Amino acid sequence: MIKLFKNLGKKEIILAVVSLILIIAQVWLELKMPDYMSEITVLVQTEGSEMSEIIENGAYMIACALGSLISAVIVGFLASNISATFSMRVRKKLFDKVENLSMNEVKEFSTSSLITRTTNDITQIQMLIAMGLQLMIKAPITAVWAITKILNKSWQWSAITGVGIAILLGVIAILMIIVIPRFKIVQKLIDKINGVTRENLTGIRVVRAFNAEEYQQDKFEKVNSELTNMQLFNQKAFAILSPTMYLVMHFLTLSIYFVGAFLIKDAGMIDKVGIFGNMVVFSSYAMQVIMSFLMLAMIFMMLPRAQVSADRINEVLDKEISIKDGNIDKDITNERGTVEFKNVCFKYPDADEYLLKDISFKVKKGETVAFIGSTGSGKSTLINLVPRFYDATDGEVLVDGVNVKDYTQEFLHNKLGYVSQKAIIFNETVKNNVAYGENGKDKITDEQVKKAIEVAQGKDFIEKMENSYDTQMAQGGTNVSGGQKQRISIARAIARNPEIYIFDDSFSALDYKTDSILRKELKKYTKNATTLIVAQRIGTIMNADKIVVLDEGRIVGQGTHNELLKNCEVYEQIALSQLSKEELENG
Amino acid sequence: MANTVTRMPRRGPMGSRMGRGPAEKPKNFKRATKRLFAELKDFKILIIIALILATLGAVLSITAPNKLSEMTDIISQGLFMEMDIEGIKRIALFLAGLYISSALFSFIQSILMTDVSNKFAKQLRTRISKKINSLPLRYFDKHSTGDILSRVTNDVDTIAQTMNQSLGTLVTSVTLFTGAVIMMFYTNWIMALTAIIASLLGFIFMFLILGRSQKYFVARQEELGNLNGHIEEIYSGLNVVKVYNGKKESDRKFDEFNKRVYEANRKSQFLSGLMQPIMGFIGNFGYVAVCIVGALLTMNNIISFGVIVAFIIYVRLFTNPLSQIAQAMTSLQSTAAASERVFEFLDEKEMANQDGIVKKLDKSKVKGDIEFKNIVFQYDNNDKPTIKNFNAVATAGQKIAIVGPTGAGKTTLVNLLMKFYDLDSGEIKIDGVSTSELTRENIHELFTMVLQDTWLFEGTVKENIVYNTKNISDEKVKEVCKTVGLDHFIRTLPKGYDTKISENDSVSAGQRQLLTIARGMIQNAPFLILDEATSNVDTRTEELVQKAMDKLTEGKTSFIIAHRLSTIKNADLILVIGNGNIVEQGTHEELMAQKGVYADLYNSQFEL
Repeated sequence: MIKLFKNLGKKEIILAVVSLILIIAQVWLELKMPDYMSEITVLVQTEGSEMSEIIENGAYMIACALGSLISAVIVGFLASNISATFSMRVRKKLFDKVENLSMNEVKEFSTSSLITRTTNDITQIQMLIAMGLQLMIKAPITAVWAITKILNKSWQWSAITGVGIAILLGVIAILMIIVIPRFKIVQKLIDKINGVTRENLTGIRVVRAFNAEEYQQDKFEKVNSELTNMQLFNQKAFAILSPTMYLVMHFLTLSIYFVGAFLIKDAGMIDKVGIFGNMVVFSSYAMQVIMSFLMLAMIFMMLPRAQVSADRINEVLDKEISIKDGNIDKDITNERGTVEFKNVCFKYPDADEYLLKDISFKVKKGETVAFIGSTGSGKSTLINLVPRFYDATDGEVLVDGVNVKDYTQEFLHNKLGYVSQKAIIFNETVKNNVAYGENGKDKITDEQVKKAIEVAQGKDFIEKMENSYDTQMAQGGTNVSGGQKQRISIARAIARNPEIYIFDDSFSALDYKTDSILRKELKKYTKNATTLIVAQRIGTIMNADKIVVLDEGRIVGQGTHNELLKNCEVYEQIALSQLSKEELENG
Repeated sequence: MANTVTRMPRRGPMGSRMGRGPAEKPKNFKRATKRLFAELKDFKILIIIALILATLGAVLSITAPNKLSEMTDIISQGLFMEMDIEGIKRIALFLAGLYISSALFSFIQSILMTDVSNKFAKQLRTRISKKINSLPLRYFDKHSTGDILSRVTNDVDTIAQTMNQSLGTLVTSVTLFTGAVIMMFYTNWIMALTAIIASLLGFIFMFLILGRSQKYFVARQEELGNLNGHIEEIYSGLNVVKVYNGKKESDRKFDEFNKRVYEANRKSQFLSGLMQPIMGFIGNFGYVAVCIVGALLTMNNIISFGVIVAFIIYVRLFTNPLSQIAQAMTSLQSTAAASERVFEFLDEKEMANQDGIVKKLDKSKVKGDIEFKNIVFQYDNNDKPTIKNFNAVATAGQKIAIVGPTGAGKTTLVNLLMKFYDLDSGEIKIDGVSTSELTRENIHELFTMVLQDTWLFEGTVKENIVYNTKNISDEKVKEVCKTVGLDHFIRTLPKGYDTKISENDSVSAGQRQLLTIARGMIQNAPFLILDEATSNVDTRTEELVQKAMDKLTEGKTSFIIAHRLSTIKNADLILVIGNGNIVEQGTHEELMAQKGVYADLYNSQFEL
């Protein structure tokens, strides 16, 4: 947590110091008030005091109250500034960091966890700073100061106050010990009840087809009861807190007065009025002490959660990025559109097993090369080495004759047009989705966007939409179908006009017919571009210039469709499972 | 008013305890509260007891200051003469009793309310869960899973929490407030007016600020939603952002959103932070006003000093409830808004009642004929029918392949067959009996359905396979798994058939498919609906899946949404669907000879 605070700028630290001074002033003013209070009490008690004196003291007291109010308002203003600036800065830093993480690290954290860290965790800490920081400074100062003020008045009263605090803290401590672990269980049960409901909703057809409504209901009811019981226990335990608090405060006042009566009785005549005034003051100071302890307890309840959030944020910020930028930002060879793998091996940093081993092949300009193999054969991993989502563990990946590690990532990426398996759609217009990003050349024109969409077979459905190319896409593209999303993301790659296309299983969401027309049009449009395709369907890749067959991370065959059918067993198996023999031969 | 407002992202179930967000406003507060109370009828007695206890507790707290003032008077008399220790003891004892019983009442009250609110929440959750299973599928076409989930957890949680807090607080506070006012006027009207006017001035000021801050809270929530949306989008599309050098663009957008969140945060926090100090000032101001006016009156011998002490407490008793009432009202508003959403869901129209249905087809005696007659069906949100005038006949034991482009209505046909949706017109006949004369449960019993999206739940492998089918022995499970080629894989799992399957497990897509096939085999119904897998299954597993599916179809009338040529070619009947109707039907050879849509579709596969 403290480490995270290093993100506060100079300005914020100055503001924080100013707040600290103001808070001290505020505490001083607040603790001054009981003095005037007792003054007023004594004056009222004493026969023949002047009304003007009472009013004077009253005015002082209101001045104190007003002063403390003003200082509190200023502190509030400063604190909200500090916490908002702080969270803005940390959020920005975190976002920046995540953008630069390589896929290795993203995988390690998982995308959803990174999202919660950037959103919820930061909000959590901001809350603590906004509400807690003031209290955290104010409560101990008030407590200590108030204690020193009353300590010398009477040991009996001090003892009573001590007992009050002890009881209160004891109750809170016991509650925390009992309840906090159960809060975690509640959280798990809420997740579970969500899980069961989600399960029922996503499988609603299956549930109904199997007449399993009762079965699901029983399951739900089990978690529901568990959750309710746990909640009941927690909340009932907590129900004791508020009555105890009031009881302690009331009894404290009562005891101070009760003991005060004896003290006054036993005191000498001259001290009596003084003790009486002290009694009134003491009870109000004691109340302040109790309140500050309560606040401290509250902060201690908030602190562990914020600490967890802080740790989670720091974990990301401290993560070393495994992919380092190169420094070549212009073409230094005469090769264009070539991709070469030289004895490439790859494994995840912590894994024992290699995912790719001894991969070597070369793709010439304008060629289409396809990669096929069963799940886990490493074909997607292989293609991901080109844009440097991962770096090869051994060996070299060359684009245009230069190792990809030596390029700046921006320059390397300008050469590529990449389409992922899962279409990514941004919350923008269709046009902006297609003209997305920068390619190191001029801005993509509307004409290019239209052309790209036409090639990607999206013209018909997009022009049918209400605002055509200016239609706003929902987040995640939920307002279009899977196949339509994929066509938009393919158009995005086309509009970029890259040297090298990379399709990571991008065609499986399309039906056969669209798939085939799209590829035909694409070929016509991008005669000179190099294309790398990962695919599941034989039909998609049958006519590629070269097909690379992968099995368990190794290349087990390279060649054209017909060549492979003859001499690559794995390929033949894959092909046979999809097409009949005679079709394969005549195709 | 349009009801299509997009829901703002709401706080997580735990977050609600910390942040003070804006109170969500219900569409119709009065109706929502009325409904809420009507639904609470089972708990009426408990609630009434709790409220009585709350009132009693409050009344006791009001009596206390009077007694404390008596005690102060006795002590201050003791300043000048002999201290009446006996009197003080008596009052102290009385007060102690008062405080303890007041605490006890409020403790019992909150235990009761906790009980009521949690049991009510449990009831609501059960009702929602039951409701999910009695809604027509049409409903789920229009509502997202996330929306329904948030009703089960967030909304019900909000109801339970705010009801627990607000109801008790409201009653206590109102009693305290009125009690304090009455007692103040009863004690001394001049002092009473002083206290009330002094506090009211502060409160007017506070409500002015509160009204203004609401705006910023709403803005904060909205801006935060935008920012989080952007973060989610960029993180999940990080690959694309990188390769397209979209970082600058995303940074620009992020900075803009971040700045706006900053502004909203700053303002809303500042304003909400003002409440506490202002409340404190009101208390102090009231105190001084009471003291000065009290002193004036004491000097003129109109009141005793004890009255001032009493009023000092009355001021607190009077100002605290006011802000608590304001708070309780805000949380009651959240309760109303949440309950509105929950009840809206519970009031959704359920599937047609089937009490009048007496016919039943026996699973073991069904022959297996199915006839579609002039079927018309249209989705609610479509402007033209998905299926129009569909006619087809399938005889017992036939394999029927359904082919056609995406969106042509293949899945819809299956949904109609399973009676997930009711037909707009026409009828489907099973062995000559119209499905409208059969219960949904009866129809479901007759069909085995294996879908492409392989639905497995959290549970053991065995539980997933047996699912809802009764009286299945472990041997039977093993036998089925052997048939579909799963037995070996399952035995390699850490706990064999008792291994738990969870979301991100090492069960591959193909194996998941095999598990659902095994589940279907266990059910062993005379009809079969199969949705073939297209992608995501590696080619070797696919072979296994294929074999398993072939086994499954043996001897059954099967409808297969087909993607693979071998299935299609071996089918007894191919239905080619396009634009909601059968465009062509026949065997593979017949259709190829027609050189129509089917031939076109078939040929397109082998071009690049």
